[in-house]
Amino acid sequence: MSDCVLNSSDSVKGVPHEGARDECARDECAQQEYLLTPLDRALVVATQEGLPVTARPYQTVGEQLGISEDEVIFRLENMKDQGVIRRIAVVPNHYKIGFRANGMTVWDIADEHIQALGKMVGELPYVSHCYQRPRHLPYWSYNLFAMVHGTERSQVEERAEQVKQMLGDACRGNEILYSSKILKKTGLRIASGSK
Amino acid sequence: MDRLDRQLINHLQDGFPLEARPFLKVAEELNQAGFEPGVEVTEQQVMDRVQTLLDEGYLSRFGPMFQAERMGGGLTLAAMKVTPEDYERVTEQVNAFPEVAHNYQREHELNMWFVLATETPEGVEETIKKMEEITGYHVFNMPKQEEFYVGLRFEL
Repeated sequence: MSDCVLNSSDSVKGVPHEGARDECARDECAQQEYLLTPLDRALVVATQEGLPVTARPYQTVGEQLGISEDEVIFRLENMKDQGVIRRIAVVPNHYKIGFRANGMTVWDIADEHIQALGKMVGELPYVSHCYQRPRHLPYWSYNLFAMVHGTERSQVEERAEQVKQMLGDACRGNEILYSSKILKKTGLRIASGSK
Repeated sequence: MDRLDRQLINHLQDGFPLEARPFLKVAEELNQAGFEPGVEVTEQQVMDRVQTLLDEGYLSRFGPMFQAERMGGGLTLAAMKVTPEDYERVTEQVNAFPEVAHNYQREHELNMWFVLATETPEGVEETIKKMEEITGYHVFNMPKQEEFYVGLRFEL
């Protein structure tokens, strides 16, 4: 879900926002955001749809922006170090390669166990995203979300059962939400150019 | 897809080299791993295969994966419980927000789930408020509080 690209506009250059992560006490979340330079920003815009398939892709990108190949590599490296780029890689289309079923599994986990158990669930090979999110009682009691992939629904269900066994008594309830329709999928995009 | 395609997908999910001739490097890595005895993969072959896998839709992305929250914006997952007779109208109204990046219908009482990405952290609340006014429905805001894992490797 959040592996896709960005939010928009010039404000990404703005002041790091304090207090935005009150809900998140852990150190890595308290880290300040990295301020994109105009050149970083141009690079993000130039590469968010993907890299060109040329023998020297970073040179090709550099030519579009009027900078050298070395500069492109250096800037991308820096954004990787800063955590702005998670990684440079391919993402397979999971439907097309046979993983047709995916279920958003949601779990009601005792708060005192969520750190340890969330980590454990996240490490399972068939889980692509694993987050703690807030409950909305009485409508929504689940605080752990894990996207589980499989070749078919029965496999997703088997895997969810494995997770359930693993969680034991700390889990007080769970459900699997399948998507029945994509209503919109534009991805996140940073706006090009300035306003 | 043949063996080389599968090897490539497995290999490139872990990362693509950040150096001048990355496809050459990938070819070398595959050859070193002994992709097939007696067969050498070339840079050009790797490029051709990646382009074909992209064109045929086996790869949905090739390039940097950005992390929106590290750049100062707001990001959240939100859900709504919409009645069948209003579903189409609300879908249109929600999708009309440029801040909505993905929107999925899900089989649950909470039957509409979408990702909101805003320019500023405050933008999330503002957008949700506007959305509630326009649709007449409550929006459940479920921002991540902790990230345990993101990423997935499909072993082929």
